[in-house]
Parts: sequence; structure tokens; C-alpha cells
Amino acid sequence: MASSGSAGLLHRSPRLRLGLLLGPPMLWLGVLYLGSLAALFITSLWTVDAFGAGIQRTWTLENFRTLFTLDVYRTITFRTLLTAVAVTVIDGLVAVPVALFMAKVASPRWQRILVILVLTPLWASYLVKAYAWRGMFSTGGPLDSVGLSPGYGLSATIVTLAYLWLPYMVLPMYAGLERLPDSLLEASADLGAGTWTTMRRVVLPVLFPAAVAGSIFTFSLTLGDYIAVKIVGGTNQLLGNVVYDSFLTGNNMPFAATVSLIPVVVMLAYLTAVRRTGALENL
Amino acid sequence: MKLTRLAGAAVVLALCAVGCGTSSDDSGGSAGDSDTPGGFTAPDVPMASELGDNEGALSILAWPGYAEDGSTDKTVDWVTPFEEKTGCQVDVKTFGTSDEAVSLMQSGQYDVVSASGDASLRLIAGGDVAPVNTDLVPNYADVWPFLKDRPWNSVDDQMYGIPHGYGANLLMWRTDKVDPAPTSWSAVFDDSSAYAGKVTAYDSPIYIADAALYLMNTQPDLGIEDPYALDADQLAAAVELLKAQKANVGEYWSDYLKEVQAFTTGDSIVGTTWQVIANLAEADKVPVKAILPEEGSTGWSDTWMVGSETEHPNCAYAWLDHIISPEANDAVAEWFGEAPASSKACEIATKGFCESYHAGDEAYAEKIHYWTTPIEECLDGRTDVTCTTYQEWTQAWTEIKG
Repeated sequence: MASSGSAGLLHRSPRLRLGLLLGPPMLWLGVLYLGSLAALFITSLWTVDAFGAGIQRTWTLENFRTLFTLDVYRTITFRTLLTAVAVTVIDGLVAVPVALFMAKVASPRWQRILVILVLTPLWASYLVKAYAWRGMFSTGGPLDSVGLSPGYGLSATIVTLAYLWLPYMVLPMYAGLERLPDSLLEASADLGAGTWTTMRRVVLPVLFPAAVAGSIFTFSLTLGDYIAVKIVGGTNQLLGNVVYDSFLTGNNMPFAATVSLIPVVVMLAYLTAVRRTGALENL
Repeated sequence: MKLTRLAGAAVVLALCAVGCGTSSDDSGGSAGDSDTPGGFTAPDVPMASELGDNEGALSILAWPGYAEDGSTDKTVDWVTPFEEKTGCQVDVKTFGTSDEAVSLMQSGQYDVVSASGDASLRLIAGGDVAPVNTDLVPNYADVWPFLKDRPWNSVDDQMYGIPHGYGANLLMWRTDKVDPAPTSWSAVFDDSSAYAGKVTAYDSPIYIADAALYLMNTQPDLGIEDPYALDADQLAAAVELLKAQKANVGEYWSDYLKEVQAFTTGDSIVGTTWQVIANLAEADKVPVKAILPEEGSTGWSDTWMVGSETEHPNCAYAWLDHIISPEANDAVAEWFGEAPASSKACEIATKGFCESYHAGDEAYAEKIHYWTTPIEECLDGRTDVTCTTYQEWTQAWTEIKG
């Protein structure tokens, strides 16, 4: 009886139905996701006492003042951005031929094998891969023995991160190119276009949104990373390390929150720019 | 449209849920009183005067390796004998940094904690730990006298915990790459350019004290009396020294296994280390040597403390007594790699162990400046200046690394 009653109620009121259907995901998005971002912003306006023991909940812009007046944070922000751009560019350059080969040249059997090969590194732990690169770059290590190791530092970090995030660039590109019908390439050739023209006028328009999607992954993942740089980065520190150190070492959650707003702002700007290009609509 | 409004409402709700806390009192009720900025008066927390029956449960907050129940290594177990002896069921939570220990202890959920000197003062100031009645801990009598009533474990001659073990940060180098053998910290400071790119240093703001200790010996004009009591000028001098050092540092370490590996490959050839790291490297046949340089060194001295809100005071005291019993204290020290606090632990320790860690060697121990939290009120007794706090050290450390 009761169940048929409530079923009837649901049937009679579409608003309730919609509310129950969308409520939980909206709550998830609104409270947990946006709410935590809001909490982050509010925390950044607080400060801690000298012992780092208690958060002083008085409004102050002190953290932002520190962030903007001390040169070191600007240096670290630029270093982080440089790393993120370099990683994204390297991944983009490496991923194009790989994705092109996978989608357009390889036989279906090889296609499957290549997809598995690209995905396999994702099964291994992040730390294992990062420490493997630590071994590669070490004095007397494989790269050093052929005279190619830059030693621990920013370039080692960029190489390691580019390796770690490569699948995130290859897969969207592969998915994008796979949707490009072979007949289009043939039509382009029939109409007299050379390889370059076909690449530029047929492949690139399909590739571009996919590359943008991939770059969002590589760029944002690099902005937030703090582990790889600890393992192969020598003395360098990125924004993630500043957040980590402020929070765990200094027990200064408000300042950590302030610093972590930088990547949030950068990503918002990046996504806005991406939206402007229209790449997101073509995805 | 409707969805946007719904999401908007949710955000406002979330904002309020967080923001509305602003007007209320500091929710971490036991956290440090802000009306005594930096000043050090221990809050009035009652001390146990007598013991009763064990409560049957104990919740422990410990450094990894300090409360082993055989789950890491079958042969490494001093928790099970304790449970059998006292009937207190133990629940262990480990932490990775002193700062983590402080914030976990503020929750009031733990009965005992193993605190290093840079955490203990903060715990005492926050009222998170209670004074310890050493009369109720029979094994306390066997603790080396030079570990009792020290600034990092007592206030006004009142002990706040039971000394557990200590160790020094040493200077280690690769004997095949560094010649002549260094005797002073200058190898990693003023003379570090000789090993450019191969110098290593501990990755924590507390390492600033190492630089301050070096300056204390080389630049007496600065007037540094205690490496943990630095006024603004002295901190600036230490930061200057560390910035110069940074040019020659290959990498900073905080993970001790990473340091072992760096010395094994030769990526680091000289730098600060712990005895346990030197032992591990030597066991791997890496040609290293570690010494306590002529200037002395910084180090740690750990203390077991009792939570002020503990519901299991009897089990807590039973644990304090157990952990510095000769057997347990020796087991911990050998497992973790530090000097035990109990003199009797050395009587049953593996042959040569206490010698290699210089346990009980008071002259050696006095050369160690144990980690202490820098606070506004200068720890060296100066009253005409305010000293820099750990917060400022943290910021300075970020600037040093650049």
C-alpha cells in the first residue's frame, strides 16, 4: 500500500521526481566540490597563531599580501607554469605521431595492442615510475653512462612528468583521429591536396580539439604535482611543494589555501581561453 | 536556469556552513591561548597522583617504528608483551612529521604520544598533554640523568613526559670522493663549493638551526647563544648562509631511504645524516663515514607524553613504564636506530650497538642541540628582543629553496 502510494506521488509530481533524480548529484557538485573550493577561499582569509596550533578566524588579507610581496612565490609560480607548458608541449609533440599511427596506419590488431601498450604504464604506481626515472637520471645511471643525463633538476622533472602524463595526451588524440573517416583523407587526396595540405586542412581541425582536451589533463596535472619534483627535481620546488610545506610543516592551513588558489585561477583562465577557441564544442 | 540557481543555493549553504564558524570560538578548544602571544606559561593541567586498575584499552600516537606489534616484522614486537602483561588493548596510529603529531594530538583522541622536541613544547603550550608524575614510572630511575628535566621535556622542573631515545644529525661523506676528511660543518657551508652539486641537506625548516649552530661558532659577533633562539638579524644571517649553500646543494632529503640511495650512486657525497642512514649505507658497502663535527650538532630527543584528556591514565602510565623497560627500550632503539634512554637497555643490547650510537656518553650528548620549537620568547633567556617563530622559519625555508 505504502509503496504504491509513494509511487503514485512520484508519478503525480514531476518536480519531486526531478528533484530526487538530480538532488544527489547536484549536492555532490554543489556542496562537496564547489563547497570545498569555497572553504578553501574562506580559509585563505584567516591566519594562524605563532605556534601553528590554532587557526585565528579573523578576516585578513595578510596571506595575499605575503603572496604578492615576496619574490619567491612569483619565481615559484613562473617555474610551475613553465614546467606545465613544457610538459604539455612535449606531450603534444610526442603524442601526434603516436596517435596518428595508431588511428590511421596500424592494422586493427595492432591498434588494440598499441592502445594496451599506451595504457599499461597507467597500471603501475606513480611512485614506481618516478623512482625509476630517479634511477635513470642518477650519477652512473643509464642516461649518465651515455652522457645524456641532465642530473636532478627542472629538466629531469619535465621529462619525468611528460612521461607520466603522456597517455592522457595520446588517448584523446587517438579517439579524435579515429572518428576521422578514411574517406575524407582519400577525398582530400583525390582533390589534389598534398600530404601537408591534407594534414593542415583535414587532420588538424579534428586533432586540435583533441589536443586541447589532452592539454587540460597534462597542464592541470603538472600544476598540482609535488612528488615528482621531490624525487628528481633536485633543489627545485613547485607550487604544490609550497602548499605541502605550509600545510604539513608549518601547520599553516590558511597560507596553504592561499597558495593553492593560484593553480585554481590559472586553470580557470586556461579553461576560459580554451572555451574562446571553441575547441570544447567540437569535442 | 533552474539548475544554476540550485547549484548557487548549494554554494551559499556551503559558504555559510564554513563561514558561520567564524564568529564562534576557536573550535579546537585546547589549542594554544592566543592572549599570551609566544609567551611560555604552561596551562594548568592536573597531574596523576596515584594509579588504579588498568582500563583495558590504550590509544597510541607514535613515530613509525616506535610501537611495533610484529606486523612489520615478526621478530619486532614489544606491543604484544605489553598487552599480555597489562591487559590494555593497544591501538596504534603513526604520524610522519612533528606537525602532524601536534594536529592529531589536538583532537584529544590519543592517550599517549611520542613527541620530538619540536612538537613537545607546542603540545604543552596547547594544553594537549599533562605533566607526568615520574614517581609512578619505576623504570624512570634507569633513564640517563642528562636526559631528565630538559627544556624540551619539562617546564619549571616539572617533567611532561618520559625520555625515550635520542640521536644526532651527523656529517656524512663518501670517503672515496671527499678528501681530506672533513672535521667541521664548514664542509657543507663555507667550503661547500668544492663539492658543488653534490651537497645534501635536510629538507625541513628546522635545518635552519644547523646553519645557526655553524654561525654560532664561526661568527660570534652575531651573538647566537642557542640555535633555536634567533632574532630577526640572526635568522637573516642563517638564511644568507643557507642561500649560499643552496647553490651547491644537489638535492634536499627528508626521506631517509632516498638519502641512502643518493649516497650509494654518488649523487650526494657530503651532507647531514642520521646514524641509521650511515649504518644502512655501510651495510650496502658504500664507502661512507659519519661523524659528529667539532661544532657539535643538532639532533632529536623523543619523549613519551600523556594526553591531557586521556580516559585511560592507568594504561598510559603502564605504557610509559613499559616503553623504557630495558627490553622494550633496547628493542625500539635497535629497530629505529637511535640511542636508548634507559641505561639498563645497553646492558642487554646487541654487542657494540650502544657504542655505535654513543648511548649514555654525556659529553657526546651535550654536543647535541636537540630540536626545539622556536617561539617568540627567546629560548636563550634574552628579553630585550623577540625571537622568530617556527612560522617565520617555515617561510624562510621556502625562500631559501627559492
